[in-house]
Amino acid sequence: MTYDETTLVSLTEDAAAIIARYPVKRSALLPMLHLVQSVDGFVSPDGIQFCAEQLELTAAEVSAVATFYTQYKRRPNGEYQVGVCTNTLCAVMGGDRIWDELSEHVGVGHDETTEDGKVTLERLECNAACDYAPVMMVNWEFFDNQTPESAKQVVDDLRAGKDVAPSRGPAKVCSFKQVSRVLAGFEDGRADEDQGAGTATLAGLEAAKGQGWTEGAK
Amino acid sequence: MTVTLTPVLSATWGSDKSWSLDTYTEAGGYAPLKKALGMAPGDLVQAVKDSGLRGRGGAGFPTGMKWGFLPPDDGGPRYLVVNADESEPGTCKDIPTMMSAPHALIEGVIITSFAIGCNHAFIYLRGEVVHVYRRLLQAVREAYEAGHLGKNIHGSGFDLDVTVHAGAGAYICGEETALLDSLEGRRGQPRLKPPFPAVAGLYARPTVVNNVESVASVPAIVDKGVEWFTAMGTERSKGMGLFSLSGHVTRPGQYEAPLGITLRELLELAGGIREGHELKFWTPGGSSTPIFTQDHLDTPLDYESVGAAGSMLGTRALQLFDETTCVVRAVTRWTEFYKHESCGKCTPCREGTYWLTQILKRIEAGRGTQADIQQLLDTCDSIAGRSFCALGDGATSSIISSVTLFREEYEAHVEQGGCPFDHAASALFEYSDTPATEEAHA
Ligand SMILES: Cc1cc2nc3c(=O)[nH]c(=O)nc-3n(C[C@H](O)[C@H](O)[C@H](O)COP(=O)(O)O)c2cc1C
Ligand code: SF4
Ligand code: FES
Repeated sequence: MTYDETTLVSLTEDAAAIIARYPVKRSALLPMLHLVQSVDGFVSPDGIQFCAEQLELTAAEVSAVATFYTQYKRRPNGEYQVGVCTNTLCAVMGGDRIWDELSEHVGVGHDETTEDGKVTLERLECNAACDYAPVMMVNWEFFDNQTPESAKQVVDDLRAGKDVAPSRGPAKVCSFKQVSRVLAGFEDGRADEDQGAGTATLAGLEAAKGQGWTEGAK
Repeated sequence: MTVTLTPVLSATWGSDKSWSLDTYTEAGGYAPLKKALGMAPGDLVQAVKDSGLRGRGGAGFPTGMKWGFLPPDDGGPRYLVVNADESEPGTCKDIPTMMSAPHALIEGVIITSFAIGCNHAFIYLRGEVVHVYRRLLQAVREAYEAGHLGKNIHGSGFDLDVTVHAGAGAYICGEETALLDSLEGRRGQPRLKPPFPAVAGLYARPTVVNNVESVASVPAIVDKGVEWFTAMGTERSKGMGLFSLSGHVTRPGQYEAPLGITLRELLELAGGIREGHELKFWTPGGSSTPIFTQDHLDTPLDYESVGAAGSMLGTRALQLFDETTCVVRAVTRWTEFYKHESCGKCTPCREGTYWLTQILKRIEAGRGTQADIQQLLDTCDSIAGRSFCALGDGATSSIISSVTLFREEYEAHVEQGGCPFDHAASALFEYSDTPATEEAHA
């Protein structure tokens, strides 16, 4: 492993905190792979070695798990993972067109990263936000009701180093590494940040109010 | 008359800081927990049995009965694992539930754990929703700080720890045994059943796996009682549920209503199909359920009626498509999804979804033959009922149902040598149907 002393110490501390969450050590593997991505920006050979040593597994066992899941990247990822949902519902509502225009605009295809290392594009499967179709995700934050123009604007802003806010979620999109650390189960103090619950989320409540329902009379 | 909506889980979603412990508690939250801790665990299981609550994750298995399947206490650990993997195309109810009211789930987890004798519960959340994970992590921390979690909860002698675990992108991990393998740090592949998780689940110990919405419904049942719950719904499908409307509908979103409501009634509340268009086909319960048409507008959306009409209530993921939509395009895309997500463990699904995709892409592109349409059905035959888990069956649902209902549309692709539809007409924004590349270079 080529981690320097400080990195290795903090990785080991974090790994211990993760392992402590589970009755059986091996359960820590998925969060630990997220942790590795928070340091290296992908599942690096060093990271695999580190997980293997911590969990008393072979590197081959760790690799076999890492390659099964799409969120673990085998190559250095862009600072922003930009995914366009092209599962049926979003695709039909315009996701296919958004994908085509965005990919053309940025000049990279599926699972490819821009030369400046800023953006990795990806075609996504359904991300459980179909009521906001067509949907885009940036570092796993929700960008709802997209158009080709809005999607291109987001990516341009990200590449220009501007802060970008999702439709639902925190005040701004964090980097891939920062978000990977949250996915390893470490809070980042942003849970109370909010952009509103969203129109579709509240659509039924609004309709219920139209029927005379009030919150007090549950 | 329109059926009255029944916001229960969604009741507080519009409140200020709806995700916080304070807001949840002010609205009456965690009072059901105190009540439950004063009851005998067996009585809680019985109450959930009596309520008729059925699993909200897709299969509709009676929740109380599932809890009752756990073997008697042998002194070793037993586990509750909440399935928060929500990845079935069209399904988008658990994510807003956890984003807007994570404490409803946490309270449900505590009551359920108490009822089944579990001291360590897990929430397996899909990894692709980081803000939901933030909210859950915070909610669990708040619950510990308030004494709702930890040792000797509110002096009851009951101990509980909750771990919120993020997955890493794999639809199959929603299948309960694949989820358990994944939670154990392995590739997410389904296990042979039996043994069922109730007997040998997480770490080979007795385990209950329940969907987010199932578990989050428990506090309200404890609070308001079995009769309140059974007053909603139909004879064998009790209570309320979140109906998720998406697609070509004026006001898409989450509508919490009694089971048995119809799409016609839901559409009335949601402003109808988008202006100037009419409904063509829809899924009642996600992409793994056979599609419906206008003929099913009045089918009560409960387990029995949807089943009798040839589909499944599934996750109440109502994806609505109007007459501009090419059914072959829609089905091809879903099938590519199943091919992508097939875990590869069994041959019928692994090979079958590959061939289905090949044939469908050929037909969609206008390079198919009439014989291909029959070949599709034959291939479905060799997958459905012959696969190791329900993913394989689900992959065939939209194909078989769409060929049955819209065979002429498949034939039109073959005859015309291409797709008869203008894809731009289906989109929710304007564009002309020239490929993006041509336009950019023009
Ligand atoms: C391929 C596949 C994916 C599934 N995905 C989910 C899911 O994301 N969430 C869920 O709750 N159930 C899912 N299920 C159903 C689960 O296997 C299981 O039946 C459910 O979690 C049980 O909870 P319930 O009884 O409370 O519904 C899936 C099943 C299959 C076959
Ligand atoms: S049916 Fe598909 S997903 Fe299920 S075990 Fe077989 S290959 Fe895996
Ligand atoms: S189909 Fe795109 S979020 Fe569900």
